[in-house]
Amino acid sequence: MTTTNIEETKAKGLNREWMNAFLKKYAIVLILLAMFILMSVLAPAFLQPRNLLNVVRQISVIGLIAMGVTMAIILTGIDLSSGSVLAVAAVVAASLAQRSDWPTRMYPNLPELPVIVPLAAGLVVGALCGLINGALIAKFKIPPFIATLGMMTAARGVALLYSDGRPISTLTASFNFLGQGEVLGVPFPIIILIIMAVITHVMLNNTRFGRHVYAVGGNEQAALISGVSLDSVKMKVYTYAGLLSGLAGVVLASRISSGQPGLGSGYELDAIASAVIGGTSLSGGIGTVWGTMVGALIIGVLNNGLDLLNVSAYWQMIVKGAIIIVAIIIDERKNR
Amino acid sequence: MDQDTVLVMENISKSFPGVKALSDVHLVVRKGTVHALMGENGAGKSTLMKVLIGIYAADNGRIIFQGQEVAIPNTATALKLGISMIHQELSPVPYMSVAENLFLGREPVNKLGLVDKKTMAADTRKLLARLDLHINPQAQMHELTVAETQMIEIAKAISYDSSLIIMDEPTSAITDREVEHLFRMIRNLKAKDVAIIYITHKMDEVFKIADDITVLRDGQHVATVSAAETDNNGLIRMMVGRELANIFPKEDAPIGEVVLSVRNLTRKGVVEDISFDLHRGEILGMAGLMGAGRTEVIESIFGVKTIDSGEIMVKGQRMHIKMPADAIKGGLSLLTEDRKRTGIMGVLSVQDNMTIASLDNYAFGGFLRKKVISDTCQQEKSRLDIKTPTMGQLIKLLSGGNQQKVLVSRWLLTTPDILILDEPTRGIDVGAKSEIHRLMSKLAQEGKAILMVSSELPEILGMSDRVLVMYEGRVTGEFVRKDATQENIMRAATGNMTVMA
Repeated sequence: MTTTNIEETKAKGLNREWMNAFLKKYAIVLILLAMFILMSVLAPAFLQPRNLLNVVRQISVIGLIAMGVTMAIILTGIDLSSGSVLAVAAVVAASLAQRSDWPTRMYPNLPELPVIVPLAAGLVVGALCGLINGALIAKFKIPPFIATLGMMTAARGVALLYSDGRPISTLTASFNFLGQGEVLGVPFPIIILIIMAVITHVMLNNTRFGRHVYAVGGNEQAALISGVSLDSVKMKVYTYAGLLSGLAGVVLASRISSGQPGLGSGYELDAIASAVIGGTSLSGGIGTVWGTMVGALIIGVLNNGLDLLNVSAYWQMIVKGAIIIVAIIIDERKNR
Repeated sequence: MDQDTVLVMENISKSFPGVKALSDVHLVVRKGTVHALMGENGAGKSTLMKVLIGIYAADNGRIIFQGQEVAIPNTATALKLGISMIHQELSPVPYMSVAENLFLGREPVNKLGLVDKKTMAADTRKLLARLDLHINPQAQMHELTVAETQMIEIAKAISYDSSLIIMDEPTSAITDREVEHLFRMIRNLKAKDVAIIYITHKMDEVFKIADDITVLRDGQHVATVSAAETDNNGLIRMMVGRELANIFPKEDAPIGEVVLSVRNLTRKGVVEDISFDLHRGEILGMAGLMGAGRTEVIESIFGVKTIDSGEIMVKGQRMHIKMPADAIKGGLSLLTEDRKRTGIMGVLSVQDNMTIASLDNYAFGGFLRKKVISDTCQQEKSRLDIKTPTMGQLIKLLSGGNQQKVLVSRWLLTTPDILILDEPTRGIDVGAKSEIHRLMSKLAQEGKAILMVSSELPEILGMSDRVLVMYEGRVTGEFVRKDATQENIMRAATGNMTVMA
């Protein structure tokens, strides 16, 4: 073999390697693109800007809680409570955002509060639920699946109890802006989602805390011996996940102008699906914010596209289930 | 192919993304012999064996087993052909019994198709008796010691009645007595015409048990020789491709003041009344048999386990160490013995693994300076000669020796005064081993204090300024370098008190 030949072979090998690496990293984006193209061909209405904005608006709530769920999964944990925590935050925030001219207000003597109050209340309530999750997991060593399963049921009960099982509606315009407003034509929930995604991404990649999250997920014992405080990392992650669920609750209540105790039921599963489709590994240590966002988009495009194609809701569920499984199969293969 | 040959592997090549793990390797194993497969970590021994038992498919080459060319697409095929393997990493099912583990995947069934537990227990008893192992067949695997677990894995491989058994570092977790036992088993197998491929880093074992030796280096076949024709140095030369000037490059370092004192450290039922001092510039070896409590002592010092009583003083200051983070703040660092379980974070990058203990150094106002991190890692990479294509490579894809260097680096980046090294060279190749020894010497000269736990007597004798010996949770001997002999240490390690001034 001459030298040129060897070099050519080498170059070919490198090319193939590069292709493989590229496919590995961006397989999920390619799937999204493929779905995008498929939907555009099948349903021309899909590509209209209004519709696309709609897709993103629909995923903004799932996207928020999916980031928290992603972090929990990176820690080899899980958060099943996000849908219920969302509901608690939604009813609490709504009860503090009712218009003063409404006769059946929850707190009749309360003046109309600035939007920051219900917003902060929703966040605090969410974070509090998350903190309890974190304490159960870190201090009482309860498996995350069980701790957050308990919280899922209990928080739903709290939401029902607080609202007496009824929607809390007629909310102030400033509160409604959070979920319905637009800035330069972009729906406000999307802006919130993008801001939180950037914050979360930076937190995971550019802070000590973020690296600690991956380390604990990658090997808890090794992280402990390297000086990472396991309890503190776990508490922070679940508290932050709760905070995001709280924010999602505020956004959702605002979007539908009503805090309802039944909100967000089943969202935790869509959030988990988004994280997993986006490449978050259930065995821990692997996962990214942008991956999860792509995962959420895939679910959003799927929901929207199938609606446009008049596929029955029953079939939609079957297709969604299948997509989740296929995504995991692809993920398993690329990790081999 | 002649009658005596059981296995021929020809022109085996295998590439992984970025690495050519094997190129045109060949291996010929004779019936009824022990064939040692040697080479540094990353030389391709494990890959070659994984090709043989069907875990990996070779890119090209052929395998001839008992005179027939065979294709081995999976481990089941290998077992059916009569090839079984004892893996270096033990993988028992912890909450199943010894018998169930031995018969996993081939449980005897009765007429109803249910597992025949009686037959299984009886067969297990017979097997264990034949191999002279005194282990209860009904015991759960997680109740066994590491050594017992290892012996069960060996028993399992033997029980397939294979004509070729691969043993990948079978002695890494067992004591000398059990090694003798294993060697007896191997001799019995040889007498029955069973061939053994024996992978190890321990030279003395090779010369004790092997008939033929094949040496691999960087995925290539270097030589196949008969064990009688070579010696220690010749073998090392073939493995590393260069002369190792000195196996234990211990150099004198000025011994300074006491930096760590441990007084009456006690964890009930585990370690009792441990006291010792460690000086700046000193390498203190900690010897003892498996289960003597050495790892437990250092875990207690480092805050991995809580102590019942006792004092730990660092540079004259009493420390309250509740968790490892406290110990690290006090200037201690701990390289653990079990790289996979408590060392590396496999799915994280080399860079993440290297910097996890020292992130404070690169954090400015809460944010990490990525540039400083990657520069630091590049420096460490060249300083310790870590072989990795990029710093973003997942650490689990590195060889054991390189993983260990990354972990050493992790601790050096915390600029510790005191380095606790638990089996710092276990399971890594001779080349990396002597590099780590040289580094230890250099660190001592720089004024670091080193506490080294090791089960390898030559390492203890070669590297230590002073030796502590433990037996059943107590210190039973302390020797300065000139008094530290194999005999003295073994006597103390088996429970004979001989404290010398």
